[in-house]
Amino acid sequence: MLKENEITIGDTHTATLVEDLKRTQIVQYAGASGDYNPLHTDEIFTTQVAGYPSVFAHGMLSMGLTGTMLTNYVGDGALKKYGVRFTNQVWPGDTLTSTATIIDIRDQEGERVVDLQIETTNQNDVAVITGNATAKIES
Amino acid sequence: MAIDKFLVEASHIMMFARSVGDANPIYHDEEYAKKTDLGAIIAPPTFAQSSAQFDPNYFLRPKIGGEGWFGSGKEASGAIPSSGSGESGGGGAAMGLHAEQHFEYHLPVKAGDILNATTKPGNTWEKESKRAGKLKFSESVTEYRNQNGDLVITATGVGVQTERAVDS
Repeated sequence: MLKENEITIGDTHTATLVEDLKRTQIVQYAGASGDYNPLHTDEIFTTQVAGYPSVFAHGMLSMGLTGTMLTNYVGDGALKKYGVRFTNQVWPGDTLTSTATIIDIRDQEGERVVDLQIETTNQNDVAVITGNATAKIES
Repeated sequence: MAIDKFLVEASHIMMFARSVGDANPIYHDEEYAKKTDLGAIIAPPTFAQSSAQFDPNYFLRPKIGGEGWFGSGKEASGAIPSSGSGESGGGGAAMGLHAEQHFEYHLPVKAGDILNATTKPGNTWEKESKRAGKLKFSESVTEYRNQNGDLVITATGVGVQTERAVDS
């Protein structure tokens, strides 16, 4: 868990989430999550019927990968809130980098918490996820 | 949509954590997890999404002996599915996309927990977009409770139906 005396508003934490995203990882996520939408795993359906250039990652895979960055930063079981907007699709071959920025340190229901702004971008610096989170910290 | 029994199992957590690139031992190593303050393997922050596995009617899973599946086989697409329950996923129908997702964590979810989930529809709204035509947004709010009846997670999903495939 983050310690209050070791953090300041404006601090950032950045991590590479995935390099050259493989279709197989999208398949792994489909199997684990139970979302078998062919848009994510079935290249023939997605290109010929749905009209996309290729399969693309579940939004929730991008959120899950971003969540890995987040919990590695704030610690296990510390999250109070985590929310995102999916701003662009994530494609096989993408490399994703995610940054959490501390925007506030405050009290909430008797606990000290930190508010974080989150952005995950692809190799072209295009945001694929923007969001925010709140996590408990040690005072 | 309601899910009566969402069994939170260690092997499922392990597979889910792998799929989101998370090597944290709290998701797969019971001995390690026991020594932490949490005392057990816990679920990663977006694990509640996999409750779809426990929704008997989840429409983005081919059904055993059920109606045709719309993914490719001999043809590029099979049957178009009738709209079933899909609120635990991105929301919306077959061509729907996930626009937003928000989780509020009230209590840790641990391996061995038995959750149930109830979903209620939220707001709906429309917007014009250059990249995909008319967008129809719909919100759904799912409350997950554990075996003690305690609220553990509130999940709010926003799905969007697009007029056409999104330009990239």
